[in-house]
Amino acid sequence: MTDSKYFTTTKKGEIFELKAELNSDKKEKKKEAVKKVIASMTVGKDVSALFPDVVNCMQTDNLELKKLVYLYLMNYAKSQPDMAIMAVNTFVKDCEDPNPLIRALAVRTMGCIRVDKITEYLCEPLRKCLKDEDPYVRKTAAVCVAKLHDINAQLVEDQGFLDTLKDLISDSNPMVVANAVAALSEIAESHPSSNLLDLNPQSINKLLTALNECTEWGQIFILDCLANYTPKDDREAQSICERVTPRLSHANSAVVLSAVKVLMKFMEMLSKDLDYYGTLLKKLAPPLVTLLSAEPELQYVALRNINLIVQKRPEILKHEMKVFFVKYNDPIYVKLEKLDIMIRLASQANIAQVLAELKEYATEVDVDFVRKAVRAIGRCAIKVEQSAERCVSTLLDLIQTKVNYVVQEAIVVIKDIFRKYPNKYESVIATLCENLDSLDEPEARAAMIWIVGEYAERIDNADELLESFLEGFHDESTQVQLQLLTAIVKLFLKKPTETQELVQQVLSLATQDSDNPDLRDRGYIYWRLLSTDPVAAKEVVLAEKPLISEETDLIEPTLLDELICYIGTLASVYHKPPSAFVEGGRGVVHKSLPPRTASSESTESPETAPAGAPPGEQPDVIPAQGDLLGDLLNLDLGPPVSGPPLTTSSVQMGAVDLLGGGLDSLIGDNNFGAPPAAAVPARVGAPIGSGLSDLFDLTSGVGTLSGSYVAPKAVWLPAMKAKGLEISGTFTRQVGSISMDLQLTNKALQVMTDFAIQFNRNSFGLAPAAPLQVHAPLSPNQTVEISLPLNTVGSVMKMEPLNNLQVAVKNNIDVFYFSTLYPLHVLFVEDGKMDRQMFLATWKDIPNENEAQFQIRDCPLNAETASSKLQSSNIFTIAKRNVEGQDMLYQSLKLTNGIWVLAELRIQPGNPSFTLSLKCRAPEVSQHVYQAYETILKN
Amino acid sequence: MIHSLFLINCSGDIFLEKHWKSVVSQSVCDYFFEAQEKAADVENVPPVISTPHHYLISIYRDKLFFVSVIQTEVPPLFVIEFLHRVADTFQDYFGECSEAAIKDNVVIVYELLEEMLDNGFPLATESNILKELIKPPTILRSVVNSITGSSNVGDTLPTGQLSNIPWRRAGVKYTNNEAYFDVVEEIDAIIDKSGSTVFAEIQGVIDACIKLSGMPDLSLSFMNPRLLDDVSFHPCIRFKRWESERVLSFIPPDGNFRLISYRVSSQNLVAIPVYVKHSISFKENSSCGRFDITIGPKQNMGKTIEGITVTVHMPKVVLNMNLTPTQGSYTFDPVTKVQPLQIKSTNMGCGENYTTKAPKS
Repeated sequence: MTDSKYFTTTKKGEIFELKAELNSDKKEKKKEAVKKVIASMTVGKDVSALFPDVVNCMQTDNLELKKLVYLYLMNYAKSQPDMAIMAVNTFVKDCEDPNPLIRALAVRTMGCIRVDKITEYLCEPLRKCLKDEDPYVRKTAAVCVAKLHDINAQLVEDQGFLDTLKDLISDSNPMVVANAVAALSEIAESHPSSNLLDLNPQSINKLLTALNECTEWGQIFILDCLANYTPKDDREAQSICERVTPRLSHANSAVVLSAVKVLMKFMEMLSKDLDYYGTLLKKLAPPLVTLLSAEPELQYVALRNINLIVQKRPEILKHEMKVFFVKYNDPIYVKLEKLDIMIRLASQANIAQVLAELKEYATEVDVDFVRKAVRAIGRCAIKVEQSAERCVSTLLDLIQTKVNYVVQEAIVVIKDIFRKYPNKYESVIATLCENLDSLDEPEARAAMIWIVGEYAERIDNADELLESFLEGFHDESTQVQLQLLTAIVKLFLKKPTETQELVQQVLSLATQDSDNPDLRDRGYIYWRLLSTDPVAAKEVVLAEKPLISEETDLIEPTLLDELICYIGTLASVYHKPPSAFVEGGRGVVHKSLPPRTASSESTESPETAPAGAPPGEQPDVIPAQGDLLGDLLNLDLGPPVSGPPLTTSSVQMGAVDLLGGGLDSLIGDNNFGAPPAAAVPARVGAPIGSGLSDLFDLTSGVGTLSGSYVAPKAVWLPAMKAKGLEISGTFTRQVGSISMDLQLTNKALQVMTDFAIQFNRNSFGLAPAAPLQVHAPLSPNQTVEISLPLNTVGSVMKMEPLNNLQVAVKNNIDVFYFSTLYPLHVLFVEDGKMDRQMFLATWKDIPNENEAQFQIRDCPLNAETASSKLQSSNIFTIAKRNVEGQDMLYQSLKLTNGIWVLAELRIQPGNPSFTLSLKCRAPEVSQHVYQAYETILKN
Repeated sequence: MIHSLFLINCSGDIFLEKHWKSVVSQSVCDYFFEAQEKAADVENVPPVISTPHHYLISIYRDKLFFVSVIQTEVPPLFVIEFLHRVADTFQDYFGECSEAAIKDNVVIVYELLEEMLDNGFPLATESNILKELIKPPTILRSVVNSITGSSNVGDTLPTGQLSNIPWRRAGVKYTNNEAYFDVVEEIDAIIDKSGSTVFAEIQGVIDACIKLSGMPDLSLSFMNPRLLDDVSFHPCIRFKRWESERVLSFIPPDGNFRLISYRVSSQNLVAIPVYVKHSISFKENSSCGRFDITIGPKQNMGKTIEGITVTVHMPKVVLNMNLTPTQGSYTFDPVTKVQPLQIKSTNMGCGENYTTKAPKS
């Protein structure tokens, strides 16, 4: 007979009948009754009325009956707290039972009874069980502490259970260790600040030993816990990695992914030249691929994580493209993820295969998937320049299929391709126009209208096409309306004679008949522009658009680094930091990848610069406050270096100059016989600057003999405007990295803390590569020097002037805004030397109207010195010619966003005026390049 | 960690719920039903669903949804792996993991779930240990129990639970000591229109059935272990020995288990034993089309092919089809649009082909 009989009910009150059976004398009947009760419970029926009767059955030596009653208790104790007390005695007695199974069962169940009154009675038995001789009981008790903490955190702390739990980490039994770690992790999650899991090399060692011996679930807990540890140097990181690597071959995919997390995180600390680094990279690929052969649910989670890993370290899976090919029976959510990863892995080497696959996908039946596949083709075109042509022809083939949604999607992506490669594929416009009528989605219509407006001069019947859209203007979505308005204005500016009527019509439609404020305002702006200054209108509306960036959907690097620390968790599935979605802000601890603190690296790297300073830095006695040495001591004993590697901070006081100047000259003379030519005058000319800070700066300059010219620091934010905070700074470029050297001075009377910095979007996507780290609070009259590393992967918006940078700095007092102009030469990249042939071809290729000529006056240099000076700022001389007594230098440079600038510098011996001709596809940079030339040559 | 578990059948009834912490109302499943409706197909329900206060992580096994409710940040793979383990255990205990089987054994199911998870932390998931704690139901045992009054719950601590080899129970005795190994390999390949292989890999597993007394220590060596690209081991395998000597050395669990799973992805090694060619054509101005597929064995393989099943997933727009196979039997399920064709022959001829006429809607 099976248990399904327990679900059948009799007509006479069920509860009543059960009650009678529960009170029966026969053991067998009692057990059956309890089973019936449990069965009702499983389907969500309320059987709490039977509480006293069920509890009466608890005093039994039949283990099964006992277990069943316990099951019941866990469910209903909360609704009957007073009755639950009745059970306490039995629990306490069971905790003393000679059978460890019963002891464990009792302590386990007690923890599940979420009644405050019971918890008081629980403490004593729990304490005993935590020290029980049987590991099975100990491990159950460890979990019980976590349960109790969830009910009454204060009680757990008062009773000292947390310390006992910490002791269990050193338990001899690996299973106990794993459970203690799990319990501590759960408790720590609700107390982000508490330092419960105090990890040190000894405890790490114990965990690693337990890792090999405990169950798979325990391994997951231990690995997740290990991931929170920051090793002190790369050797420790490597040894942990070595011991974690075997977990990659575990059959449980959660263990594998947790191990991947630990490795990905600690890898950050390993130097890339290390042999071990390469071995580790190779070992990571196969397990990740194997995860893809598991059940679809596991695949989905694995793919979301692989998506992150591929963005962080594309080299791991770059040869594994094929495993991401979609299978016909993959669920749709797996297919879409695979597609995403395929695009990320697409490169010149495999693009042919990828395109062939994508083309197949575009003929599938699932609409969402097909759309994404078509979009993917467009993204490939934008990502891999060499493939653009094939992608475009593939898209054209797809348009020929005339499948409605394929065509629409293709048009949307072709618009992006036009933006990326202007003046290359416009020949396809005719084909696009044929499909005008089939477009019914706003996005596709808007894209098509944009194309028509942008290339109005090449489309003969552009006015007719746009007019046809205009007929149903009011029925269109806002997106289409806005695009139509802009397109018609563009058309008018290009063909003013024939389209006057059309433009008036659209302007009146937009301004008079529309309720949408965006549309109306844009209409008015165009109207006024056109009526007051058509030339200006032309400049505004037909301005050259910045090229779109390659991958718009990449995760921002700081977020990516944080997410790497969360591999395998929900955060990695949602690609959001836990703080963005975890309920109630619990467990919001920002994790970050460990900084690279290679112990074996030579001292010339900037981050170890303080170590290179004179030995006076580490005195045995603590000197009086205000003393220079004291400040240095503060600097060294300050918070552990968790900041960005390039940060160098020094503390400056009035007394510094005395010693500082001496040190400066000493070091300057002896150690740096040939300091960078451009750097020295800058230091001397610096208005404020202590010897010490110079010392540090110079030290960091050692490794960078090719560092480009650095302007003296200028005051960006006067103290008056920023409640006492004065910021001065400059931009530097050293071996390929840009940094912003800041000097913060506190001229207020209160201490400043909590500094942070943020940039507005700017023309070249400059963004801080690391947060602003001011370690100690800035006390009144104190100055701190900071080098903030920058990168150029931020979001891009064209600024006026082009090199304008808007900065917001925050401290505990307020937020301050200022803007500054950065010299363009910090953006000149090291590989800006163009091949001679290339140079000639490009020079011819760029239209003459893009040429700009400038005069550089009062520059008494000859061609050689000028050339070498420019070279140190990454302006490369490609050829030199002498024409009629004049020296002609042909030079090239490249900006961080890939724009090439070609220059011809004419130098007449004896004449201090140079003539500079610049040619560039983006002529607006010329003015700033000229300014850069001038500053470099004159300093 | 895992808060609650709901078991839901295909028609959307919640037929079992189990809570490990405080009770979570059934209404949380409404979010799941919503996602299920959106997904249209049962297989396409996303495995992780977020709701305002909880996360629902679900798996779909044997026409049942296992939906777990979690509240804090946990590794979803951990939950998914665990749910699969639960389903495996049911399968192991009741022979099948179906609604009927679970309802028939609801008390055991409840006891099992309680034993497998404590406060959301997995406790005992090894089937050897579970079977010592809770005896699987057999007809004989239920008869014995009803006579002697004993129960199917073990009252001693399982011996393996705390030893270094938690997967094996102590005191195993067999009169016939035997061990069986099944090597199952699946070739996974994508073949393009022209019949050339785009991608192929082998997924292999070695399933073992070990019936040996005492504490046997086994080792298994391969002729050419270098072929294996990636291996996942059962915890019983000594990793160090594999790293150094490429030998599998292990103390096995008692009974059935998966020893290793492996992958061979080197393109040149993966030979597909059959060739497949197809052509598809549509009649002009008509809603009918013709789909031909030709399958035959490749001659260069060492072994003969004993049987082939071809399964064709037709798109939803296909209404009906006429099949004409040259060999074997066929069926067509108009609901799922799946059309399996079975060809069983010990000695296959040089080519099979069959024709499908599929009128589209």
